[in-house]
Amino acid sequence: MHYITNIQKFSIHDGDGIRTTVFFKGCKLRCQWCHNPETQNFKPEIQYDSDKCTGCGRCVNACPNGALSFSQAAPGEAPTVVTDQSKCQLCGRCVDVCPQCARDIIGKEYSVPSLVKEIMKDRMFYEDSGGGVTLSGGEVMAMDRDYLVRLCQALHRQGIDITIDTCGEAPWETYEAIIPYVHTWLYDIKTLDDGLHRKYIGAGNQLILDNLKKLAAAGERIYIRIPVVKEVNGTEESMRDVIRFLGENHIAPPQINLLPYHDTGKSKYPRLGREYEAENLHAPDNEEMQSFVKMFNEAGYGNVKIGG
Amino acid sequence: MAEERGMNQRIKNLRKISTETQPSVDLERAKIETDFYKENEGKYSVPVMRAMFFKKYMEEKTLYLGDDELIVGEKGSRPQACPTFPEICTHTVEDMEIMNARDLVSFSVTLEDIELEREEIIPFWKGKSTREHLLERMTPEWKECYAEGIWTEFMEQRGPGHTCGGKNVFIKGFEDYKKEIQEALDALDFLNDPEAYEKAEELKAMAIDCDAICILGERYRKLALEKAAEEKNPQRKKELEQIAENCAVVPAHKPQTYWQALQHYWFVHLGVTTELNPWDAFSPGRLDQHLYPYYEADTEAGLLDDYHALELLECLWVKFYNQPAPVKVGVTLKESGTYTDFANINTGGIKEDGSDGVNAVSYLILDCMDELKLVQPNSNVQISKKTPTRFLKRALEISRKGWGQPAFYNTDEIVQELLNAGKSLLDARQGGSSGCVETGSWGNEAYILTGYMNIPKILQMTLYDGFDTYSGKQLGLHLGNAEDFKSYDELFDAFSKQLNYFVDLKVRGNNVIENIFAKEMPAPFLSIVTNDCISKGKDYNAGGARYNTRYIQGVGIGTVTDMMTAIKYNVFEKKKFTMAELKKAMEDNFQGHEDIFSMVHDKTPKYGNDDDYADDVMQSIFTLYRDTITDRPTVCGGKYRVDMLPTTCHVYFGDVLLATPNGRLAHVPVSEGISPEKSADVNGPTAVIKSCAKMDHISTGGTLLNQKFTPSVVKGEKGLDNMASLVRSYFAMDGHHIQFNVIDKQTLLEAQKHPEDYKDLIVRVAGYSDYFRNLDKALQDEIINRTEQSFD
Repeated sequence: MHYITNIQKFSIHDGDGIRTTVFFKGCKLRCQWCHNPETQNFKPEIQYDSDKCTGCGRCVNACPNGALSFSQAAPGEAPTVVTDQSKCQLCGRCVDVCPQCARDIIGKEYSVPSLVKEIMKDRMFYEDSGGGVTLSGGEVMAMDRDYLVRLCQALHRQGIDITIDTCGEAPWETYEAIIPYVHTWLYDIKTLDDGLHRKYIGAGNQLILDNLKKLAAAGERIYIRIPVVKEVNGTEESMRDVIRFLGENHIAPPQINLLPYHDTGKSKYPRLGREYEAENLHAPDNEEMQSFVKMFNEAGYGNVKIGG
Repeated sequence: MAEERGMNQRIKNLRKISTETQPSVDLERAKIETDFYKENEGKYSVPVMRAMFFKKYMEEKTLYLGDDELIVGEKGSRPQACPTFPEICTHTVEDMEIMNARDLVSFSVTLEDIELEREEIIPFWKGKSTREHLLERMTPEWKECYAEGIWTEFMEQRGPGHTCGGKNVFIKGFEDYKKEIQEALDALDFLNDPEAYEKAEELKAMAIDCDAICILGERYRKLALEKAAEEKNPQRKKELEQIAENCAVVPAHKPQTYWQALQHYWFVHLGVTTELNPWDAFSPGRLDQHLYPYYEADTEAGLLDDYHALELLECLWVKFYNQPAPVKVGVTLKESGTYTDFANINTGGIKEDGSDGVNAVSYLILDCMDELKLVQPNSNVQISKKTPTRFLKRALEISRKGWGQPAFYNTDEIVQELLNAGKSLLDARQGGSSGCVETGSWGNEAYILTGYMNIPKILQMTLYDGFDTYSGKQLGLHLGNAEDFKSYDELFDAFSKQLNYFVDLKVRGNNVIENIFAKEMPAPFLSIVTNDCISKGKDYNAGGARYNTRYIQGVGIGTVTDMMTAIKYNVFEKKKFTMAELKKAMEDNFQGHEDIFSMVHDKTPKYGNDDDYADDVMQSIFTLYRDTITDRPTVCGGKYRVDMLPTTCHVYFGDVLLATPNGRLAHVPVSEGISPEKSADVNGPTAVIKSCAKMDHISTGGTLLNQKFTPSVVKGEKGLDNMASLVRSYFAMDGHHIQFNVIDKQTLLEAQKHPEDYKDLIVRVAGYSDYFRNLDKALQDEIINRTEQSFD
């Protein structure tokens, strides 16, 4: 199955022009700094914002499965609501009755026609700006292959520019299947060091690099995006590795984005009942970022930007 | 410390005087008028009397010729001095005390002023002003609706006007007009034309007004020469001599140079705005196109370079700023609480032959606007599909600096609006938008705004059997309470009947008011410069213009749509609660009704999200409003049309409205222009634009859309490209107008304090954009601290 967490209109940092970005739910990687943790799990889930909750108890009473209960609150503080995921059937009653909009179901199913219809709403803006749709996530390439192919075909038929935002961790066959319809790939590289990759990202980088090589060999238009985290890849050595890799594989991206780490996703973790693991990670300072840009420039890569 | 702006020291000085002088009331005009009327009342026909007074004022008014000025002439006796118009609205002593003391839009008034007002002005004009005539002749029903904020009345304190000058203003002198007037007089057929006498009086009045404005020119010529004789500085002496030379040519004759063309327009502007106090002052229409032939010839002849061409434009801009809007009080101040008088400079667009109208002067005007950063004149650009992208992007560069100018108008759509309203193709191409967004054919049309209509309030009363819960009065028809309606269609039908009832009442009043102005308060000077008034021998206020249109401006389409949708979705379709429960919640201002509030406020489709459920409701209400008004006949042989704009009236209309079904709390402003209800749009600017484009703009006379951004969203070349795409796309979908608010730090602080009011605010975060409300406080703080960047 494939679920969508958000369809963002007027998306202006995920490719060219004015775009609609579709965030699919589910990703095999577990980057510690992920700012969209709600897109990691492949299944829908309940998001709960205790800051908004007043402890009125409407949700606890409304749940037909007895999945909700009050936590033990410290004296003087309003109790919060705890969800027993094993009992929750995602029926959404608790969401409906919450007057504070503190609860939400993350992950909605869209058929190909209904998703195409939503994407087509901003056709006028794509045309004038040279924009289109960006399929992102989570990891869009980890979605059902047949669904993706049908989606891309339907969009392609109507002339919609398709950009795929991918981390690379997906079967090559899926990439191969949609190559004919995709205009641009936004492809993430984190680190060439397989050990670090396993430590901070939860998987090795072999498949990711292989897929990138194959895409490049197929002559695809690829923008490289590098999330830069001081502790993981924010070093000259790490950047040199990437530059060498690009050179060896004859990858000449029209654009490279160096994306400094930020912790804007931090507040989302507790809402999902999870802990934020990236507390101790940092962005390189601006001077270091500039020096990385310079390294790329000196290696012959012209269009290098800090940020999206 | 106010910012000094201007291309050189001269402009900086002029701008400083203009922006740092406290506006004041200037009773000179009222005094001259009162003395003249005392002496001559009853001696002449109405139009001749008006003209003779106008001439007297031009003969006697105090002249102002300030240091550094290159364009001369003031409405009052100095910059920021605001004449009053007791024949339209005789201010009471209390009015004058209030205008002096109020915090906003205040005017200083001296004790001598109050004395003069009390001893001479009030005693003479008591019972004679159009305001008194008008209010006296309205029915009790009209008065109640007016008092309780169902509508406003534009002519209550100000004359009709609402027009722009056409090409004639730049190519004819008043001696030329006088000849035309004489020809029209000679052609009158006193044997067969029963109106010949009336026409003759009107034409005589116009001829007197021609003399009057020429007298003003001549007086300025002499004054400039006198000053030149005394002037020690050779440079300034030369300038004064040139000013004198200019005034020897204009306004009597057609201008010969670029400088004279600007001075000529300014004399016409002063004439129109001192004859009466018409709404929207007056505007030069396509200033860039009208000036271009003079610019080209002078540049060719080596008489003018861009530096001086720009300097003269900046002098004109300051002149506009020198004139605050005529003093308003009461409801009229509420609907338009500003010093701005809505003079509106149109730049760009198309030429008469339909080709692109952008020229070198267009770019100079943008530079002038950018340099001076004055809210008056209001400046806009006309964008057609032929407009060069360079021009659009230069205008956007200024717009994203965040102070709201220029606004963007869709020329191609406006031409279609005008054709749809029956104008010839040529006249349609010479049209545009003035005031806020109102469409008209410039130099050819009287397109008069008559008042704002509070559409949400009419729906609210529909729910209560025509009873106004705000005032506790039965104002509408007895058609039953909302609980009695068995279906959405029944509710909609009752709403449609109530709306029609109120529009009938408003139009009945308008018909009386139109008559009052046609018969008692002609504007022969404005008539001279408006096509067909001379040939018809008919005054502007009596239908003399080639086209005559009356607008009733709809306010609160976003709010009323969400009100209706909330009922349709929750009560009739999902049956989440009953109508009685909803009304109880509304009556309690939703206090203690969190469940209902959450459903109507957060879990119901809303206009502004490109969601057909709500947008279909918008279309049905808009269509109803339009069809209830459009094509009704006016007294002077024109037609009614609608436009959708509020000025500041959405605040007032919200104030007189208790909590509404969509979760809008009591007294909160209703939605503005055709924008969604505040915080109802949560899908970004493209969704707002899509929803707004579902309204049939071409069938209106103008709509208004504001878009908010933070500076970082529209930063850099890409930001500019994105803004250009939003404009082009909206215009391709036949949107009428869009303007951008690029939000400053102060607003972000507000947004942090009241996130519920800023749900639609998008900010650039780190490599992506997000809704401000979605961010942590710490991150918000960080963004607040970093957004104070400029594009200079």
